[in-house]
Amino acid sequence: MKYIQHVLSHLRKDLRLEWRSRDSINGMLFFALLIVAVFSLAFDPTGYPTTARQISGGVIWVAILFASVTALNQSWTREQRNQVLDAQRMAPSPASALFLGKALANLLFVMAVEVVLAPIFIIFYNLHPLGNTWLLALVMPLGTWALVVNGTFFAALGLRTRNRELLLPLLLLPVSLPALLAMVQATTGILTGDLDPIQINLWIRQLGAYDVIFTTICILLFETILHAE
Amino acid sequence: MQTLANSTSGTISTAAELQSVSRLYGSFAALRNVSATFESGTCTVILGENGAGKSTLLRVLAGLIAPTRGTATVFSHPPQQQRGRVAYMSHSPMLYDELTAMENLDYFASLQSSSCNCVGSPEMALRAVGLDPKLSRPVGQYSQGMRQRTSLARVLQADPELLLLDEPFSNLDVASAGHMVELLSDFRTWPAPHGGSRTIILTTHQHRLAEPLADRTMTMQHGQIISEPAA
Repeated sequence: MKYIQHVLSHLRKDLRLEWRSRDSINGMLFFALLIVAVFSLAFDPTGYPTTARQISGGVIWVAILFASVTALNQSWTREQRNQVLDAQRMAPSPASALFLGKALANLLFVMAVEVVLAPIFIIFYNLHPLGNTWLLALVMPLGTWALVVNGTFFAALGLRTRNRELLLPLLLLPVSLPALLAMVQATTGILTGDLDPIQINLWIRQLGAYDVIFTTICILLFETILHAE
Repeated sequence: MQTLANSTSGTISTAAELQSVSRLYGSFAALRNVSATFESGTCTVILGENGAGKSTLLRVLAGLIAPTRGTATVFSHPPQQQRGRVAYMSHSPMLYDELTAMENLDYFASLQSSSCNCVGSPEMALRAVGLDPKLSRPVGQYSQGMRQRTSLARVLQADPELLLLDEPFSNLDVASAGHMVELLSDFRTWPAPHGGSRTIILTTHQHRLAEPLADRTMTMQHGQIISEPAA
């Protein structure tokens, strides 16, 4: 119970900091909208509804991925300023609680952006999903967590490096490839109705397994990362 | 000798110890073969010019950096294993600029372990350093002196047995610095957890301010302790 309280303390603090500044959400939203708008200009979604459905699964995840990278790069900046991270390192609280609190906060920020982005995306791409739309309620959080948990971890890994803005996408994108494949395939399958529910279910299971494996690895390794010099 | 006598009778009297500790940053030695013992219940003042190695010594004792050579122990264990018993106040306030003092202290208080028998609530800690807990401005808008006092409140509320203070009087006016010295004198009399006593190690350039607190004074130069006269 004490562990959960520590996670919630970190989460509350991050939500409060974001509420005061809105740095992450504003930056992500602007970037994601820009990507969605630019892609929609490349072809006429109303003239080619099938093409729109086929590529929109990839477009939405590209927008979310690049937008979240901009925010994740900054996710430990407030801890570095004023050496707050040193105070957290000295606190008798598990390092993994700090990590989970931060990752959960990042998940909420990215999902807030997705909530705003979704209706705009549907309008821009004139989308009428042909598959089981409710399955998106599983794919979106699982896919977002896959990006966020690794992103939070690699952002911490890059804290003491000079080129951390470059390091995060270099590490995050290759490691996220299996998750990205599952997210895009499942989302495209739901939008086009081309995949049967069993195949979509398989992609969702793959995404869930990826989340469990990488969350466990990140939690186990975070203490080493936090105290590395 | 007193340390030896106490340790043989079973009483832990050494709060912190450095044995031939060196700390290198590349080819630069911030600490060179430093050995020192800090007894429980004492206040040690470390003097020295900028770059003498004072802050590095405190960071080693805080467990924030590891010695390149030698061993550092706090309460007979590696410093990293003594979290919760040690508090460290650095040059930086170690506070979130966007939060108020009360929000910052509430957050750090929530990270203390359940066994922590805190001396006071965040509110009491802020009052003790002369700040209004109801102040609604974020810490980023405070003066340097107010940030310093908030930082002191943060470490005091952790109820530490070993308090490490790096230049605690910098940025403070004479009255505030005097108040801080009084507060630290009081802190030493507060009952400590585990039936022990409070130990303070502080670095400063303002020797005269720290004089009333000091049981022992050390001077550091080029990463070494060069003198250790009695206070």
